[in-house]
Amino acid sequence: MQKYSIFSLVKNAFSNHEKWDLAWKDPSPKKEYDVIIIGGGGHGLATAYYLAKEHNITNVAIIEKGWIGGGNVGRNTTIIRSNYMHDDNALFSEFGMNLWRRMSQDLNYNVMFSPRGIINLAHSDAQMNTYARRGNSMRLNGIDAVLLNREQVKEIIPMADFSDNVRFPIFGGLMQPSAGTARHDAVAWGYARQADSMGVDIIQNCEVIGFDVSAGKVKGIRTSRGDIKAKKIGLCVAGSTNILAEKLNMTLPIETHLLQACVSEPVKPVLDKVVTFGAGHFYISQSDKGEMVMGGDLDGYNSYAQRGNLPTLQHVLTEGIAMMPFLSKLKMLRTWGGIMDMSMDGSPIIDKTHIEGLYLNCGWCYGGFKATPASGWTFAHTIAQDRVHELNAGYSLNRFSTGYLLDEKGLGTKTWIS
Amino acid sequence: MLYIKCPHCGMRSQNEFSYGGDASIKRPELGKETSNKEWDDFVYNRKSPRGKHWELWQHLSGCRQWIKVERDTATHEIFNTLKANEDIST
Repeated sequence: MQKYSIFSLVKNAFSNHEKWDLAWKDPSPKKEYDVIIIGGGGHGLATAYYLAKEHNITNVAIIEKGWIGGGNVGRNTTIIRSNYMHDDNALFSEFGMNLWRRMSQDLNYNVMFSPRGIINLAHSDAQMNTYARRGNSMRLNGIDAVLLNREQVKEIIPMADFSDNVRFPIFGGLMQPSAGTARHDAVAWGYARQADSMGVDIIQNCEVIGFDVSAGKVKGIRTSRGDIKAKKIGLCVAGSTNILAEKLNMTLPIETHLLQACVSEPVKPVLDKVVTFGAGHFYISQSDKGEMVMGGDLDGYNSYAQRGNLPTLQHVLTEGIAMMPFLSKLKMLRTWGGIMDMSMDGSPIIDKTHIEGLYLNCGWCYGGFKATPASGWTFAHTIAQDRVHELNAGYSLNRFSTGYLLDEKGLGTKTWIS
Repeated sequence: MLYIKCPHCGMRSQNEFSYGGDASIKRPELGKETSNKEWDDFVYNRKSPRGKHWELWQHLSGCRQWIKVERDTATHEIFNTLKANEDIST
């Protein structure tokens, strides 16, 4: 594989950049693989990469219905963080933070990781107490957390509304200085390029039609490009998990919902942190191009539409303007939607299933992008070793029936309001 | 924007309604022996189909009645609405 560097850039400049190698191939599916990963998004590509890199399993195919990186890894608001209270979430996410920190070097691909910090705003004394508790929990797990008072927040984000007569005055906030953002498409492409170079077949425009399961064991899949055999199959299809589960006669603790995001016209640098509104659901950061990147609530009812409705967008942006009034002056550049696996406790599932050789990676709710490397790493381990790693032991499928829920927000089973 | 025909009030905009999830889920019968699997299915497991989906909505800013709506989860087309006590199969 061609190494990307300043030298290769200069060298290729002499040939008008017409002689770069393709970043990944476009192979036809073979008859059989050791492992098939269904879903060529961030998590699927990362899983294939770590299967090859950490476990020397390279006879792997990624089966993607559309094109790689066309789902939620290309539709998110690029936020990376590990500001969780519960141990299972915190340790998993912080493990991921360490992978993020060296990802550009590992993948030889600039993912533009930008640890600019995230601030969760608090709007009452009670919320400050909750944040103090969460911050302490984070620090006990080795994650950086700083509790900010009103004046400290004002120093960092003076453009927020600090006037006295607002409905939700800013009391302070909880900051994770090491959180940040990354270039989402580059993450997908970086993993794809490395996985391909180690022998993984990335098969696009190939839809899974069914599964070949006999005697409780998975034998292969049926696709729009023919049958493919494999003893181990991993599902990484957030948003479409319920559709594939139906083909397996499985009913999962997941509903599919739509989440919108939007960007404004680009403006000069104004915001160098990720900021979330504490009295509702709204988050904002500024991209390198200058666009304000914003998101918030789900549309609020089961949806596979991949496009959003205006009432929700209006609601979300109303919160944004309440937090940062200058946003009302900006023109909207783009809005889009992606479909989420909303799990019943707001936490993901990375586990084996009752079918031997079938592994499940789903239920990422709002937090799929930041989990990409840790999800791929632990899912690869789970598939390769046929047992869960201690990092994803809390993300079991049977935690719902056994009562070991991982309910970070304590919102219960109404996925559409979480 | 969805427009939902409330069986009590007529056609109204989605803004007046709040969502209540899958309407086909039935609570295990009272007084009967119920397995863990049945409780698990009732509380947590959902089909969440792509296509026709019967779901509960509440006409919160209207008559405040709960209703059942048959909607396509991919196209958002609404086929049918029922009062809460009407059976889906009818």
